[in-house]
Amino acid sequence: MNVNGAKRGKGLSVGRVIWPALFILAALVPLFSPSGYALDIGVNIMIWAMLAYGLNVMLGFTGLLPLAHAGFFGIGAYTVGILTLKVGWSFWLAWPVAVALCALVGLLLGLVAFRTKGDAFSIFTLGVGVIIMLVINKWDALTGGNDGLNGVMPPAGLEAFSKALGLKLSSGFYLLALVSLAVTVLVVARARYSTFGLSLIAIRGGEDLARSAGINVFTHKLRAMMLSTAIAGFAGGLYAVFVGFLGAAVTGPTTTFTVLLYLLVGGLGTLAGPLVGTAIIYSLTQTLKGLEDYQYIVFGPMLVLLVMFAPHGLAGLWARLRARLSARRAAPPAQTPDQTPDQSPDQSPDQTKEVNRA
Amino acid sequence: MTIVLQQLFNALALGGVYALVALGLTLVYGVMRVPNFAHGGLYMLGAYLTYASLDRLGVGYVPALIIAALGVALLAALLERLIFYPLRDAPHVHPMIAAIGVLFFLEALISHPSVFGPDFKQIAEPLPGILNLGGVTLTWQRLLIIVASLLVMWGLNFFLKRTLTGATIEAMSQNREGARMVGINTNRVGMLTFAISGALAAVAAALVAPINAVTPAMGEVMNLKVFAIIILGGMGSVPGAIVGAFLLAFTEVFGGFYISLDFADLIGFTMLVIVLAIRPQGLFQRGT
Repeated sequence: MNVNGAKRGKGLSVGRVIWPALFILAALVPLFSPSGYALDIGVNIMIWAMLAYGLNVMLGFTGLLPLAHAGFFGIGAYTVGILTLKVGWSFWLAWPVAVALCALVGLLLGLVAFRTKGDAFSIFTLGVGVIIMLVINKWDALTGGNDGLNGVMPPAGLEAFSKALGLKLSSGFYLLALVSLAVTVLVVARARYSTFGLSLIAIRGGEDLARSAGINVFTHKLRAMMLSTAIAGFAGGLYAVFVGFLGAAVTGPTTTFTVLLYLLVGGLGTLAGPLVGTAIIYSLTQTLKGLEDYQYIVFGPMLVLLVMFAPHGLAGLWARLRARLSARRAAPPAQTPDQTPDQSPDQSPDQTKEVNRA
Repeated sequence: MTIVLQQLFNALALGGVYALVALGLTLVYGVMRVPNFAHGGLYMLGAYLTYASLDRLGVGYVPALIIAALGVALLAALLERLIFYPLRDAPHVHPMIAAIGVLFFLEALISHPSVFGPDFKQIAEPLPGILNLGGVTLTWQRLLIIVASLLVMWGLNFFLKRTLTGATIEAMSQNREGARMVGINTNRVGMLTFAISGALAAVAAALVAPINAVTPAMGEVMNLKVFAIIILGGMGSVPGAIVGAFLLAFTEVFGGFYISLDFADLIGFTMLVIVLAIRPQGLFQRGT
């Protein structure tokens, strides 16, 4: 991938300073001995944000809505769970295997699913997501069925590592999740600003147009799918050792939709969106404790209002605000940011409008 | 042989219910190009409205069915006005996501303890008892489902083919621009289609409610099945929805019987995946 090409956007060069600074600051948090509860929330946010990044590769960049991502999250989690519990592998070996397996299953799914077009693709992947959940739920011998998998151990060496730093295990998990998130963001950012990423954006703008520009649409969609599902499996593997218990429920469509909400709130197709959206909505969920099982009484209308009035999420609102400020400064030629082709929230799927509906 | 006949009747009843729900979904897709994920929610709501009318208003089964159909039709029309109509020009994933929001909202609302609660509700069969046809036993309720669903399908077909209003729906699903050019009020047709689709879902729910328990999650399961059906039949195709519905019902009933009841749901989806792998456009290609 041509990462050093001239096509790199302004977004990345600013991000080159902000992202590492953010991660270094976040890595210092355990030194202030926060409560285990706060750290757990942090780890949860990072795990779900990783899944949101995976979804973003498909929905945000490529403009396709896959609805099987919780299933891939589940495949990643259960692969780690089964390999460590039943086969006795080390987590550090099981994790990459889980990621590779998810990429492989993603490839197989893509080979079939990309034969369908538009809406049928989403519905088809939703069906696959349900199949994955049902298989996990019914295959007692392998997955423990309804009882789930109990007692997935923390990664070998993580406790010793935390102790060596004078920290508790929860801090160790926090740091592990932070590194994983950093890897995810880095991979997604590199992919986004490479020729590969630009091709995906072109596909989002219209498949026929992209094809006429010489882009192999099918291959690119397959690669995007593999990257996306691999990230989902990466998040799932971490989830398995962090929670220690696996049940089929978390691999179902409700999880996919919740992560979709995170992504929409933050902003589709942006680099910061998945993290910001997950952090806000997940923290909000923690304050809505009383609603727990009924959180969709709030989330449902929120999804509707978001797509109707703020389809670009917070990133979109932020871009609009910045555009208004700079327009006021630069007076006459007041342009919307949508004209500059390489800022982040600019080419959200809005521009695909009628092309995709044909 | 009697066992096969027995299963055949069960499959016919199940297929009738699937067909009614799938028809509404495919009509809306044909006219509005919206994969209405909230459809399963409307179906679930239909069952609860039937239950509430029977249990709280104390009316009979038929009035309860009509109340449910009208209530859900009204809500569906309202959804079209408030959400899907304003989103008609948005990227196609937007109405899909909005519909998902509606589905989960309805489900969460119904299962909240202050509304109906998460526990299942039961509706007594309006016609209890069993019919014995030479060793093949059939509950009256299943017979009622078969007859009623066939009647409704016949009525819908009559409406679409023989009335002017129905013809506008067909016209619009064939060609939106063309329909507008010949003076069809596409705006009103969209709303009407949503109302019809809601009513169909509610009727199906009211018919099947005495056999299955009424639960908040019933819509989600049905949703997946009817989507599988209309993808199978070709999205937007009316005959495709009916054929797909019976195909899925037969596969589920016979697959569940001969393979394993545990995997009945799985068999249906697996069939869908296999069919799509071979024929991505569904069994009935739509001539748009």
